[in-house]
Amino acid sequence: MKKYSDLEFLRLSKWQKFCYKIAAFFCSIPHAVGNLFKKIGLFFKNVFVSIGKELADVVTAFTKGDWKTKVSYVIMGFGNIARGQVLRGLMFLLFEAVFIFYMITTGSGWISMLPSLGKQGPQEIYDPILDTYHTEYGDNSFKILLYGVLTIFFIIAFIYTWRANIRQNQVAEKILRSGKKLKSGKQDLHSLVDDNFHKTLLALPLTGIVVFTVLPIFFMILVAFTNYNGAHNNGYTNALFNWVGLENFRTLFSWNVGGVNYAATFGEILTWTLLWAFLATFTNYFLGIFVAMMINKKGIRLKKVWRTILVLTIAIPQFISLLYVSRMFDKNGIVNGALMSLGLISEAIDFWGTAKLARIMVVVINIWIGIPYLMLIATGILMNIPADLYESAKIDGASGWKQFSKITLPYMLFITGPYLLTSFTGNMNNFNVIYLLTGGAPTNTAASGAAGSVGYTDLLITWLFKITTGSEAQYYLASVVGIMIFVVVALISLVVYNMLPSIKNEEDFQ
Amino acid sequence: MSTNNTSMKKHMGLKASTRLSNTAIYIILVIISVIWLIPFVCIVLQSFRVESTWKVGYVIPQQWGLDNYVKLFQTNFPRWYANTFIIALVVAAVQTVIVLCMSYTLSRFRFKLRKPLMQFMLVLGMFPGILGMIILYRVLADLNLVGANSLPGLILVYVASSGMGYYVSKGFFDTLPKSLDEAARVDGATRAQVLTKIILPLSKPIVIYTILTGFMGPWGDFVFARYVSQLKPLGMNAAVGLQSWLATDTMTHDYYTMFCAGGVVVALPVALLFMCLQRYYVEGVTGGAVKG
Repeated sequence: MKKYSDLEFLRLSKWQKFCYKIAAFFCSIPHAVGNLFKKIGLFFKNVFVSIGKELADVVTAFTKGDWKTKVSYVIMGFGNIARGQVLRGLMFLLFEAVFIFYMITTGSGWISMLPSLGKQGPQEIYDPILDTYHTEYGDNSFKILLYGVLTIFFIIAFIYTWRANIRQNQVAEKILRSGKKLKSGKQDLHSLVDDNFHKTLLALPLTGIVVFTVLPIFFMILVAFTNYNGAHNNGYTNALFNWVGLENFRTLFSWNVGGVNYAATFGEILTWTLLWAFLATFTNYFLGIFVAMMINKKGIRLKKVWRTILVLTIAIPQFISLLYVSRMFDKNGIVNGALMSLGLISEAIDFWGTAKLARIMVVVINIWIGIPYLMLIATGILMNIPADLYESAKIDGASGWKQFSKITLPYMLFITGPYLLTSFTGNMNNFNVIYLLTGGAPTNTAASGAAGSVGYTDLLITWLFKITTGSEAQYYLASVVGIMIFVVVALISLVVYNMLPSIKNEEDFQ
Repeated sequence: MSTNNTSMKKHMGLKASTRLSNTAIYIILVIISVIWLIPFVCIVLQSFRVESTWKVGYVIPQQWGLDNYVKLFQTNFPRWYANTFIIALVVAAVQTVIVLCMSYTLSRFRFKLRKPLMQFMLVLGMFPGILGMIILYRVLADLNLVGANSLPGLILVYVASSGMGYYVSKGFFDTLPKSLDEAARVDGATRAQVLTKIILPLSKPIVIYTILTGFMGPWGDFVFARYVSQLKPLGMNAAVGLQSWLATDTMTHDYYTMFCAGGVVVALPVALLFMCLQRYYVEGVTGGAVKG
């Protein structure tokens, strides 16, 4: 594509400028994606370089360190204790003892079973004395995977602590050489409410995040490479599942798996998800600004009343309003009743019956849900736009529309760019609105063979939920879908986020 | 004189046009208000309907009465209500502490892992939360914290990852001047004292905002509550319970007006609380959006 200089650009007609900008936007996408991969590559390069550096540092610390440091390589915390920092040393020692004990008793077992996910499942064993059968539980793949992952986390934590232990020795040597004193145990404790207060504050939140978010996600990523499904949950009767490699990803992207076209199903849901996110974000955005501007216009009275009425949709728990509104539009709901008694229609409209109508309804009702938030946000921002901008525009004779398109909108877009991005990705995963309004209906008959009874209004997230519930839950497929959601969200976020400054530059020379 | 006259005319014209546009705006606003209020008015009216429990094509009941509310308290609804209320209270308290710890630290301290930590949590947030639910359910099931016994399990799930939602309150702490901290530090206060004696008293708006959102979250949560309770009547929260009344057509036939009554009972306290604390919510939401 031909690039115009600033001067050439200014000479273009309005329509040409518009086309040029759109073309420029799409032409910059490959570049942005390329940059993204370059960045990912750089990230991994940096990781490896820093690991190498750490290793080299560990080796030099060993060769140059004194005997206390050298012993610490085997007995953690020895250097600390020998130099008088008993409290720190004991903590290290305790951690090492617990780690070794755990690894010998159970940890090594879990790790060794991880590659096979268990060999002997539950079986009935004949007991000749009592003349009955009893169940021998044997291996349980779920537990092996879970505790295997936990053990891996534990090993990583141990390596990190071991490295910290060595660094402590290095630092202590340096301090002693310069003739200063080391911190005592009491000072260490005191620093937890002072210089190291951030460690105290972060301990609880981070533990929660690691245990309840990082671990489950790591586990589920691994599940995507197994054949774990709902049948493996039933009372330990069939507790063994195994690794299947990339099989599940192949399923999702192939045209024919046992008569089901997963690729088309996935493609259709993904397209609708993106379309939905786009429509939901931008309809709310522009209509919200519009409503906010109306309420905030000079001379409009009862501002508080209008605002309060709108805010009611935020105040009332969403599930009530969503469930109720979806029933209002039922075939024998209030809306049809009202329209029929007014004589506008002779036969009830099935709002949730056809794909097109249901999709339109979802977007429209989402406007009802979403405008109040945008109204609040836009009100806050509108108040911050310098009033003299409008004054001077008025003096120059700018019309109301000109003022909006040249001042208000650019200002809003500039400030809320990141918000738009997060609300786009948030809408992609907007479970509540879709599930409570339609539950995914109407059913997509073309995808009837696929797991989780796909519907035309299903987003990827509601599809994922449907796959994981019920007796035929296919956890492996759900985690593949989850990974795909992550990939799409991450790609969009990173690419668009890196392009936001360029949007800003465009605004500058308008 | 003549110039004066034309300017007068122009002035009059402007005035007339603003009056016209204001009238138009009033009309639109009234229409919007009606659209926004209709569902809520309807739900209240239908909750008082006695003659039938089914969806009928009209709104105003032919026979008024409190039957639906009375019947409501003969079902499992009080249990669901209590469940949700307890969860909301505990989550509001614990989540506030966790979010404040997280956001204050990330706003005020400069440590080596700060940036990587924030980036890591950003990436983590891109995974759909439901995904982890599958394994959490199995683990909670082994601890016997699911089904009818789901209260502690649900609280644990809500609270544990709440540290990820630190953005809004971090934005708030970023606006508090750092010189406050420094002055106190010069006077010999420890970091902990700075937080409890200086920052917290100034943070009333954000504390209230965090408590409010923490309290309202569990009332509206559907997906986790449904997953953990596995539709066991005693373990459901209000959202899952009321939804179960509309799950099938036959259920809807018997429970529709009771659902309306239940909705009103759930919405009233939450909405009242929200309306009272609206100011703090608006501050939080606008601040959050501007910061990005």
